[in-house]
Amino acid sequence: MPMAEVPNIVPALPEIFLALAAMTLLMLGVFQKPVTPDGELRAARTTTNLGLITMVLALLLVFTVSGNVLVTFEGMFISDPFATFAKVLILIASTFSLMMAQRWLEQQHAHRFEFAVLVILATLGMMMMVSASNLLSLYMGLELQSLSLYVLAAFQRDDVRSTESGLKYFVLGAMASAFLLYGSSLVYGFTGTTDFATIAATIKAQDHHFPTGLAVGLVFVMAGLAFKVSAVPFHMWTPDVYEGAPTPVTSFFAVAPKVAALALFLRVMMGPFGEMAHQWQGIVVLLSILSMSIGAFAAIAQVNIKRMMAYSSIGHVGYALMGLAVANEQGVTGVLIYLAIYVFMNVGVFACILAMRRGDRMVESIYDLAGLAKSHPGMAAALAVFMFSMAGIPPLAGFFGKLYIFLAAIEAQLYTLAIIGVLTSVVSAYYYLRIIKIMYFDEAEADHLETPLPNVIAAVLGVCSAVIVLFFLVPAPLITTAGAAAASLF
Amino acid sequence: MIETLVFYMFAIICVASGVLVVTARNPVNSVLFLILAFFNAGGLFVLAGAEFIAMLLIIVYVGAVAVLFMFVVMMLDVTVTELKQGFTKYLPIGLLVTVIFAVEVLGATVAWHMAPEAAANIQAATPAADAVSNTSALGKIIYTNYAYLFQAAGLVLLVAMIGAIVLTHRKRRDSKKQVIAKQLARKASEAVELKKVETGRGI
Repeated sequence: MPMAEVPNIVPALPEIFLALAAMTLLMLGVFQKPVTPDGELRAARTTTNLGLITMVLALLLVFTVSGNVLVTFEGMFISDPFATFAKVLILIASTFSLMMAQRWLEQQHAHRFEFAVLVILATLGMMMMVSASNLLSLYMGLELQSLSLYVLAAFQRDDVRSTESGLKYFVLGAMASAFLLYGSSLVYGFTGTTDFATIAATIKAQDHHFPTGLAVGLVFVMAGLAFKVSAVPFHMWTPDVYEGAPTPVTSFFAVAPKVAALALFLRVMMGPFGEMAHQWQGIVVLLSILSMSIGAFAAIAQVNIKRMMAYSSIGHVGYALMGLAVANEQGVTGVLIYLAIYVFMNVGVFACILAMRRGDRMVESIYDLAGLAKSHPGMAAALAVFMFSMAGIPPLAGFFGKLYIFLAAIEAQLYTLAIIGVLTSVVSAYYYLRIIKIMYFDEAEADHLETPLPNVIAAVLGVCSAVIVLFFLVPAPLITTAGAAAASLF
Repeated sequence: MIETLVFYMFAIICVASGVLVVTARNPVNSVLFLILAFFNAGGLFVLAGAEFIAMLLIIVYVGAVAVLFMFVVMMLDVTVTELKQGFTKYLPIGLLVTVIFAVEVLGATVAWHMAPEAAANIQAATPAADAVSNTSALGKIIYTNYAYLFQAAGLVLLVAMIGAIVLTHRKRRDSKKQVIAKQLARKASEAVELKKVETGRGI
């Protein structure tokens, strides 16, 4: 019998490193953890700090292996500029989330060393998702990510809302996975393979004579993915999970998994099913319109800021899907630029939410922000920048994110979609600007929020607002890398 | 001929016990019907020539999962009437969704055809089915071609384990636990107090 060849592991080095680091940190936490509460705190801090170093090293590794298109593990794993772009965003988002989490967890007495380990494993799952070039590796990455996220949602297990959100997310997420698997099996039944490139070649050879079954399979795959990006009508879980989960976990949910799932959505639609674009374009248009509308209108009624951000993220997914509906290189470039800006806006907003603290307890109502301009002028200014940016007001970065997507939609003659996008973004401006009005013009009823701002939060706020404000001065690096990343998909 | 008969036997019992899992009044009976369904599904796999999956189904699902279900059912003392509340209320809409879904799936599968290239694609992935047994065919690819997936599955299981421990394991403040290190580290001066008692006075 011939010896099996050892696969080339170089393209997957960042993933392998993260997996090993996660296991090492787990061991470290388990063996370091003495019985005293003091030791518990020490173990949690050590794993978080080492976890942050791990993320930064993984980021360096991603840059090291970037550049060429490398396929390995029998075509299951692909490392191309598109994957690199998504991985860099994911790692940045995860690093910010982990950085801000520790202090909050300590204050809530929910600090445990497993938190950092689970965040790293979730990040690993996301990186595997964006590097998947096979339906099987797609599913494994997705499950690794989802399972870690279910546990993270229920992390504050003495809190009823946290456990409820974990359970809800788990049950609905398992159903979405089932849809995805059913769809994958139909696709496999038609093409006889799970490899993206072979699926694309097989579909192309049919010259548009697909059976209904393949279309049904495609729709099921899309339903599963739409659940993961929380596009309407698969968004029901989002507000409840965002509200119930511990705030650092919500801030993680709002950025990294969104980027990963959207990148995966792009790759699956453009790669294996690129030839069927006219079949799925209509579905994506519908998803996009519904997400933008529900995201804009439902957020108006929200008082809880985490719930509001959940609807806001649904709306943002709608805009990103508009770029997918265009189904060409320009559209994908638009989505990637949008995602990069979205990460910084959301990290910034959640840094503010994590700092909303009065006395011993966290507050989550938007009216708790009243009078913020007087007590925390810096934080109020940063939050105002993020809100203006989300509303899409020039010259902030959020405007350019929307601009590229709308331009792509108009050039592809999807006028209805672009017009609805503009209208819903006007509607959503109402609730973004309302936050600014509350901060600057309403009188504080109760005591001020906690002063002074923690150093970590202040640093994150500074970095994110600088990126958002100054983006228009040097947009070229992001636009060229996003363009190169999008080009590698076609 | 005989194969067809056996197929229908397995299939009918499998579906019937599936229905009984949902309708049985006693949850313990439900679990037992579930085990019956698993056995018959295993039989169907044997008929399809997938003996490895058949054995796996029996060992893993009957041996581990169903027994676990049985434990849960017996320990949680589930009352069926509570679980069945709303069953009739949601029945019409449930049936409607089921019928629509069934029609769609039928529509999709009746007009089914494979791409002509599919057969070649399938053969590329695995050794020829008639040359080796299921188990060795799986063994040949699972640690070589599919090593990446195998490792990823291991990580998913690791996360499941961490999750189970994080969400359920806790230190109870009220339980007295023996910590040998603490016992050994204790000095006589901390534990014993010597009192000089005068004769006839008591303490």
